[in-house]
Amino acid sequence: MATTSTPARSITRARLASVLQGQGALVALALLVLFGALRYDNFLSSYNVTSFLANNAKFGLIALGMTFVIMTGGIDLSVGAVAALASVVAAMVSEYGLVVGIAVPVLVGAVIGLVNGSLVAWGRLQPFIVTLAMLLAARGLALTVAGNQSVAVDFESGFTALGTTTLLTLAAPIWIFAVAYLLGVLVLGRTPFSRHVLAIGDNEETARLMGLRVERVKLGVYALSGALAGMAGVLLAAQYGAGQPAEGVGWELTAIAAVVVGGTLLTGGLGSVVGTLWGVLLLGLIFNVLNFENGRGVISLSPYWQSIVLGGFLLVVVLLQNRLAARQT
Amino acid sequence: MIATGPLLQMEGISKAFPGVRALEGASLTVGRGEVHAVMGQNGAGKSTLIKILTGAYRRDAGTVTLDGRPVDFHSPQQAQAGGVSTIYQEVNLVGFRSVAENIFLGREPRRWGLIDRRRMHAEARRLLERLGVEVDVSRPLGAINVALQQMVAIARAISFESRLVVMDEPTSSLDEAEVATLFGVIRQLKADGVSVIFVSHRLDEVYAICDRVTIMRDGRTVDDRALTDVSRLELVARMLGKDLAEVRRSGATGFADATHHTERRLLEARGLRGAGRTLEHADVAVRAGEIVGLAGLLGSGRTELARAIFGADPVEAGELEVDGRPVRFGSPADAIRAGIGLAPEDRKTEGIVPEMSVRENLTLALLPAISRYGVVDRRRQQEVVDRFIRRLDIKTTGPDQKIRELSGGNQQKVLLARWLCLDPRLLLLDEPTRGIDVGAKGEIQALINELADSGLGVLMISSELEELVEGSDRVVVLRDGRTVAELPHAAITEDAIMSAMAEGPATGAGERDGG
Repeated sequence: MATTSTPARSITRARLASVLQGQGALVALALLVLFGALRYDNFLSSYNVTSFLANNAKFGLIALGMTFVIMTGGIDLSVGAVAALASVVAAMVSEYGLVVGIAVPVLVGAVIGLVNGSLVAWGRLQPFIVTLAMLLAARGLALTVAGNQSVAVDFESGFTALGTTTLLTLAAPIWIFAVAYLLGVLVLGRTPFSRHVLAIGDNEETARLMGLRVERVKLGVYALSGALAGMAGVLLAAQYGAGQPAEGVGWELTAIAAVVVGGTLLTGGLGSVVGTLWGVLLLGLIFNVLNFENGRGVISLSPYWQSIVLGGFLLVVVLLQNRLAARQT
Repeated sequence: MIATGPLLQMEGISKAFPGVRALEGASLTVGRGEVHAVMGQNGAGKSTLIKILTGAYRRDAGTVTLDGRPVDFHSPQQAQAGGVSTIYQEVNLVGFRSVAENIFLGREPRRWGLIDRRRMHAEARRLLERLGVEVDVSRPLGAINVALQQMVAIARAISFESRLVVMDEPTSSLDEAEVATLFGVIRQLKADGVSVIFVSHRLDEVYAICDRVTIMRDGRTVDDRALTDVSRLELVARMLGKDLAEVRRSGATGFADATHHTERRLLEARGLRGAGRTLEHADVAVRAGEIVGLAGLLGSGRTELARAIFGADPVEAGELEVDGRPVRFGSPADAIRAGIGLAPEDRKTEGIVPEMSVRENLTLALLPAISRYGVVDRRRQQEVVDRFIRRLDIKTTGPDQKIRELSGGNQQKVLLARWLCLDPRLLLLDEPTRGIDVGAKGEIQALINELADSGLGVLMISSELEELVEGSDRVVVLRDGRTVAELPHAAITEDAIMSAMAEGPATGAGERDGG
């Protein structure tokens, strides 16, 4: 039965590779934390930990949405630009208070996601092209609306509370970050929606023949991704005190890297929200460690080294996974 | 609800596609708890009829009555909800998801909006038990074998409380033991009062499991009979639209029963050994005008022998002679230059370029010969393409049609034409009629016959004993990578081939063909 054992084996291998990927990110993360804790004095100080988490909350949100998009076999390149646009929108409506300041930009993100999703699902266009076009359009729109400069938020309205409020010593962005991932884990593990997302990423035609509403599910993941990018924009505006039309360049690629490092198959069908969390933290931590290293004053590395280290790390992870998976035959 | 009368009645169904009338007044009647075969050549309209039933296509005219009520399904989902489920040829489930999830995708048991995994697993187990299948429902589907996957697909179908399950060539990827399991499940369905529509090309299976058969030809239903009343020969004759006496005279395959070779040896391979362990010591000779059948079980080294001769795989030991001169082909290009062609077993991955047109596919190997200064001579290309479309009777809307849109039989003809236009002397055909419907099969077989008559040498690998017996002038049998027998024309019978495959004497001891 050589013919039937082959797909079985490749499935087992794919799952194994995915587990290695997820666990690989966790192991690397743990090692890096250990390294930092031993080498730098204030690495585990509550200041560093909380500011690290608060800073990475926006990447976390974007990567969470990206995880679901990639699990359908798609991609969303527009998220960085959408976050920038949302931050400008947030700043502009901040005078109406916190609720409006959150709801409107998130809605803008969701609408952009719905446009992406409609074009992908019903227009049958390539996600890569659709979201690339949206990246350009959203970026242009953000710069136009903002008049090519940052837009200050209204400091009287209570919107800035988002950046300053703490609950149980943790800043609001950290709570948002945590709640988003808790919900993400629940959605992935326990809802029919996530099963349909994975089925579509596994084999779209089959999912359609099984009677799943493929178009609606796709619409859903892009809308989710857009809304989360919108929320990331809100955090951006709250943390900078201004809408930043030129920010968010390359965020989509960082998010994709985090998702892949976290064990989600880029081709769809298999994925992990927890893995993405490890991926986001790992990528952020590389930057954090570089800062600490520079702080010691022995060497001085420009922040651009973060990208180089990241790229190298990504390649090593993928190579290792390939090796390990190949050895299982 | 009307409890008597047929479960399904399709009457006067017509459907036209641009340029083609696929169905013209076709009908299909399926009784309660009946296993009903639908047979016909490619293009007879059976898949169109099935797709209209399952809501994948809309009909132009006609009525569909299910359980006494007229129905008109707009989508597979609606058909499913209406009690009609379909099991497709290739298992249509998702490999990374668990067995239980596959059964319930789209209708997961929920509690407070979340999946109730325990209930889902319990119900999946219950459904599979009903089919007499034991499998861990939490395993990913891709990790179980194809037959079990098929059972999971059926469990999914019956979980919709289906009264009618349509199986579209469900056995094409199953081995014999797996087919037996599937048949057990079908009998169970029948016992539960579920009707089954069984679409298959395989006569043996149809006779083994079905009660009635609807025979289609050219978009019409030509017969609806109990299988106990119709002989195989008659069934084939009805499908082909041929006179029964004629079929009887010419046999069930398209091969004419005659020898036609000359004495000139085109190819002689002695003691050929490949790099792996699948080809150990193979001998085979082909004369001009001769069809040599190459028999053997799966894994006996048949395909490897053809590839070794063709220069596609390295040869470690042994001698290869073409026209009496020793040769060793370093690559298929060398073999092609020497006048040898190979039509591989797996058309889809090794043969056709699906997105290319019939024209491009047909002349792929010929291009260097019809090009000047690296530019293709379109006029000569067109001549060649027209000639072969006519000669091989390739059914296509034109040379610019994409090859993937052709039926399997016509794709195979294009592949044969690809070699024939190079004017080869020897063709290596690996399972030339696999996956091709009965009618086109006969045409391909007749074509192979005709080619041999015109002086071409043919080495034909086939798993079908019938084809080997009727088609070959000589049969070489391989077992475990060794030639174990060589049967001269007079000695070729299904029994002789089978016993050689099973227990033939070791290397080279087979008797030599006298002529």
